[in-house]
Amino acid sequence: MATEEQSAGLAFHPMDQFIVKPLFGAAGDPVHWYTVTNVTLWLFLAVVAASALMVLGTRGRAVIPTKIQSIAELSYGFIYKMVEDVSGKDGVRFFPYIFTLFMFIVMANVLGLLPLAFTTTSHLAVTVILALAVFFTVTIVGFVLHGAAFLGLFWVKSAPLPLRPILALIEVISYFVRPVSHSIRLMGNMMAGHAVIKVFAAFAPLILISGMGVLVTPLSILAISTIYALEVLVAFIQAYVFTILTCVYLKDALHPAH
Amino acid sequence: MADTTDAAAAGAHGIEETAHGGGEAVGMPQLNFESWPNQVFWLVVALVVLYLILSRIALPRIASVLAERAGSVTNDIAAAEELKLKARQAEEAYNQALADARTEANSIVAAARAEIQEELDEANAKADAEIAARTAESEKAIAEIRKGAMDSVEEVARSAAAEIVTALGGKADQPAIDAAVADNLKGA
Repeated sequence: MATEEQSAGLAFHPMDQFIVKPLFGAAGDPVHWYTVTNVTLWLFLAVVAASALMVLGTRGRAVIPTKIQSIAELSYGFIYKMVEDVSGKDGVRFFPYIFTLFMFIVMANVLGLLPLAFTTTSHLAVTVILALAVFFTVTIVGFVLHGAAFLGLFWVKSAPLPLRPILALIEVISYFVRPVSHSIRLMGNMMAGHAVIKVFAAFAPLILISGMGVLVTPLSILAISTIYALEVLVAFIQAYVFTILTCVYLKDALHPAH
Repeated sequence: MADTTDAAAAGAHGIEETAHGGGEAVGMPQLNFESWPNQVFWLVVALVVLYLILSRIALPRIASVLAERAGSVTNDIAAAEELKLKARQAEEAYNQALADARTEANSIVAAARAEIQEELDEANAKADAEIAARTAESEKAIAEIRKGAMDSVEEVARSAAAEIVTALGGKADQPAIDAAVADNLKGA
């Protein structure tokens, strides 16, 4: 496909932005597990941004907060209330963990929207680890708190007895599908938006090549702006969705009875 | 299997493209599992760092700030209640003082009025007594004047009667004339 389009003078490389490459050295260098890559850079930029907001922003410990301190406090209150409402009072123990997930995802998503940025949350490796961490945490917490009674999560007592084995099978499958949907939802949303922006961006220089560009270039710029606005929304919504699903799963571990 | 070949192709392509400045993705770079250990490793490092920073520094700090704010808001409300109470007490004290002052003023006015009345009465009595004394004195003087006048009239009448009797050629009998004059004056 790339070669076909290049013959027309337009270069379509919507997926190039997702290539993991070493930060130092030549582009073709091998990527070992310890290599400092663009992923490393943007992961740590997210950590730095989140820390700057939450630590530097609250430096003053002011009773009447500054603007940045207000944002930090609002994020704190927002996630705290979410954990309390969805997971229950005893879910508050896990608040620092859930808050870390939320801050990391929201910062990675937003930083990924900067031009030339690398979106770490558009990578399956990243979201799979995040989702598996939640999956294992929830499962372990469930068994530690309730022992074998945690399996009651799959035994729907409110259903008629003959239906229960079938429902149990469905519940078990859905339980194991959770980390898959949890990770692919975030990764897919982030990747799709960025790829679409790149595709529209590839159309933008058409005005330099052909007369069609008079029409296509403004349209593609308009489309990029629109999708970008949508992506800003998606960046927050997907962080919210990931976090609230974590709370829902945690609620199952804390209160497995249906 | 297909992924590894893809990845290999991507790697090879990347080397080729270096000259043009930048690699080119073949398929989805997300499914290039060669880069997974790298991403997983750095993600875990980043998450642990962020978790430690947030749970050790940021979250306790924000919790304390929020608690402090809630506390100071409660305190402020209590202080406001107290001030309100004080203001009400001050208003009551003011009203009380005002009422006291009014009563006192009234009593002062009444006392002053009574005093003035007493002085006035005294002065009136004194004036009345003086007037009475003057009147009595005047009446006495008038009585004296009247008496003097009557004596003079008698004397003039006697001498006039004696003159008239003499002028008519009679002999003036002084005691008879006196008696007649006194008799006439009495009748008058």
